[in-house]
Amino acid sequence: MTKQLLKGNVAIAEAAVRAGLEAYFGYPITPQTELLEHLSARMPELGRVFLQAESEVAAINMLYGALSTGARAMTSSSSPGFSLMQEGLSYIAASDIPGVVVDVMRGGPGLGNILPSQGDYFQVTRSAGHGDYRPIVLAPASVQEAIDFTVLAFDLAEQYRHLVIIALDGLIGQMMEPAELPPMRDINTHRPDWALTGAEGRPKRMISSLYLQAEAQEAVNRRTQARLKIISENETRWIEYMTDDADYLLVGYGSAGRIAYSAVQSARRDGLKVGLLRPQTLWPFPSERLHELAGQVRGCLVVEMNAGQMLDDVRLAVNGRVAVDFFGRMGGIVPMPDEILGAIQQMQHERI
Amino acid sequence: MTADIKCDDMTITYQRPDAFTDAHTHYCPGCTHGVAHRLLAEALDELNLREKTILVAPVGCAVFIADYFELDGCIAAHGRAPAMATGIKRVQPDKVVVTYQGDGDLASIGAAEVMHAAVRGENITIVFINNAIYGMTGGQMAPTSIIGQKTTSSPQGRSVVQSGHPIQMSELLAGLAGSAYVVRRSLHDAANIRKAKKAILTALKVQQAGLGFSLVELLSTCPTNWGLSPMDSLAWVKTHMLPIYPVGDFKVADGVKEVMRDGVRSNS
Repeated sequence: MTKQLLKGNVAIAEAAVRAGLEAYFGYPITPQTELLEHLSARMPELGRVFLQAESEVAAINMLYGALSTGARAMTSSSSPGFSLMQEGLSYIAASDIPGVVVDVMRGGPGLGNILPSQGDYFQVTRSAGHGDYRPIVLAPASVQEAIDFTVLAFDLAEQYRHLVIIALDGLIGQMMEPAELPPMRDINTHRPDWALTGAEGRPKRMISSLYLQAEAQEAVNRRTQARLKIISENETRWIEYMTDDADYLLVGYGSAGRIAYSAVQSARRDGLKVGLLRPQTLWPFPSERLHELAGQVRGCLVVEMNAGQMLDDVRLAVNGRVAVDFFGRMGGIVPMPDEILGAIQQMQHERI
Repeated sequence: MTADIKCDDMTITYQRPDAFTDAHTHYCPGCTHGVAHRLLAEALDELNLREKTILVAPVGCAVFIADYFELDGCIAAHGRAPAMATGIKRVQPDKVVVTYQGDGDLASIGAAEVMHAAVRGENITIVFINNAIYGMTGGQMAPTSIIGQKTTSSPQGRSVVQSGHPIQMSELLAGLAGSAYVVRRSLHDAANIRKAKKAILTALKVQQAGLGFSLVELLSTCPTNWGLSPMDSLAWVKTHMLPIYPVGDFKVADGVKEVMRDGVRSNS
């Protein structure tokens, strides 16, 4: 395959098609709409299901229905629409069925704006719905990574029968970059042994999230927590850049992580030993590695396109071993490498 | 006379439908959910659909319905059954998908989902239980509660000024082009129960024939939350509900009459 110039939203849509997407349900919202538009043409062309729902509430519940049949299905939205999906996300997670949902984050809170943001970090990592669970959260920093993570999302969802959210800022969704799409996979027509396909010649099956007895509900919650522990042990992903000899560590994900990469290069040119840890999974979070690196550096600087949300997770991971500072821009403003460099220099003056 | 009856002459005239499990339902004495369940189970049996039907339960008193049916089933979020059914049906168009929803679920919180399922002509069947009250949460006012009806959230009686008018879902849904078969029946006496059964059979045949959205509204009782005896509840349906919610066929689209007359020719 050769690289082609692709917009992030379109790349995710086409990657999902090639990963064997059988059904998509969605609702238009900027800055993710190209994803829906691409699938509105592509899915019917392949004889697959595309449906524009009447709302994000309906879309996530249509997804719940399609997933209950064991089909590969997904939905996508952006922050305000993603908020409307919280109910369905919780039901999907509680039903132990694999699901993939894309959130192209925009400026908020409220209606906010259509500019890139990472303001949904708390929402996606804490539970993405009511109750007591965590989804797997993949945070791509390029169009290529968005493609790769889309394929990965379906595989992880099915391997663990768990909810996977691809959380990207609007910049990744809207940006065009050269990237390579995966080969076309066949639709997996095999249906798992929990799928609702009609009880033909077999006992009936139920997909439910209702456990009225406290003991039964707690047993289900314990099972979920045991699964999350296994996921945490096996699926934590991150990228490191020049951390071997780093005196200062930048931590950023998505576009902020990518811009921090440029800041590391600038800092190194200035003789500052700066390294970067870029989480690729926001949950599970690379806490152990961060804790290790905190023992090596003089300070950490968290860079986000919000008021400081992953900052909490970094502080929990570092656990007081070293000072953790923060640099963030909000409202749809993308931080510049020079601004980050300035924050590093300030941190250096304060920590020496 | 009796001495002449031999065992060979005995035939089974009434038994548990195959579509039922042997579970005991949790419904209150005199509640007509049991009758509605029975009609659906008999209809599924008669059309031989048990092994190809997926049942979507609502939130409300019927949240446990899938426990009572020997079918694949699931429980939707409150009001979202038509959306969940849409997802199931779109990826498995050869299966029969049925939702069973109460009036709080369908006419209030799920009004958008059912409207748009009908607009799309979604090829699903809905059994809609209208008992003019929220049962599961203990008798609050529903969008279907009648004017003056006292409930735990309208203790002075439902007032138009405060809460508007009862919503007539069948009439509303019948006006949408995607609806193929939308009717209202009542469960307050044997003759009406028989008509309700026939309507459920027709609705399932409409889905089998691929004609589009079908819904059977059933006027039902809630003796516990109405504060009436089972018998008085049946009478209340007749005296208080039927004037606002008349039984009738509100939408019988082209092709439905052929299905009613000739049965289903194909599953397409």
